[in-house]
Amino acid sequence: MSIAAIAFYLFAFAAIASGLMVVASKNPVHSVLFLISAFISAAGLFVLMGAEYLAMVLVVVYVGAVAVLFLFVVMMLDVDFVEMKQGFLQYLPIGGALAAVVVVELIMVVFVWVFPSDAELARAHPSPTAAQTVADPNGPTNIEALGLILYTDYVHYFQIAGMVLLVAMIGAIILTFRTREGIKKQDPAAQVGRKREEGYELVDIRPGQGLS
Amino acid sequence: MIGLGHYLSVAAILFAIGMAGIFLNRKNVIVILMSIELMLLAVNINLVAFSQFLGDLVGQVFAFMVLTVAAAEAAVGLAILVAFFRNRGDIAVDDASLMKN
Repeated sequence: MSIAAIAFYLFAFAAIASGLMVVASKNPVHSVLFLISAFISAAGLFVLMGAEYLAMVLVVVYVGAVAVLFLFVVMMLDVDFVEMKQGFLQYLPIGGALAAVVVVELIMVVFVWVFPSDAELARAHPSPTAAQTVADPNGPTNIEALGLILYTDYVHYFQIAGMVLLVAMIGAIILTFRTREGIKKQDPAAQVGRKREEGYELVDIRPGQGLS
Repeated sequence: MIGLGHYLSVAAILFAIGMAGIFLNRKNVIVILMSIELMLLAVNINLVAFSQFLGDLVGQVFAFMVLTVAAAEAAVGLAILVAFFRNRGDIAVDDASLMKN
């Protein structure tokens, strides 16, 4: 067995085991940590496939942002999670049966999959294979090839993705925004609307007498 | 030799785990959201596997878009969860029936 195959089985087993633990663990904090482990294993699989850029994005975006967001929310909410675990065994037969059916169906499809003979010709953007990258070290790598099409042919998709993130950001801020009573903060309208007469007062102070 | 089928099998198993997770943790919205993330991860593995074994980069561009939407979905989902918790003091799915009354 080659090193690549050993690495594949290692990452695949880690991903599946972590996925199971995400679903099965009692404490949601553990679930989030196993989710991080699953994402890192999947990033390993991506590297094995030669998609280095997506692997790094997976680590940075998912592990760095999404999983930490989950962790924040789990720890912020003061909820009795043990009580929520009730009904797990009750739904185990139907949930397990459904999952087994889906796995069998999908894997039955997988092992009869054949690419049509003209699939190679129909490629929109051929990607550099590992052999090509080794043969020509100065040729485009995965990230270069991806950048070359992402910012040219697919620039609209790229911008739409940015728009999706912007809308999600605004939505999340508005959903969780709340004004609290008794907080001192700036009122720009009052600052701009301030008149010269209100700003100061001339007081005639006589010697020997203070301000009354 | 590890081929396309192996990667697709891993993705299929992860997808089924995510699906079972939604069924098994019906009361816990946070774990349901995590299960959805697992399913989206499985979809991404599929897209990258096909992209790489067919030799066409467009699949990776699409996986990039799926990743973006998944991140946005997680952010908005968790924001809704926090707002729900502030209103109700609980996140039980069964209580989310305000519209029914």
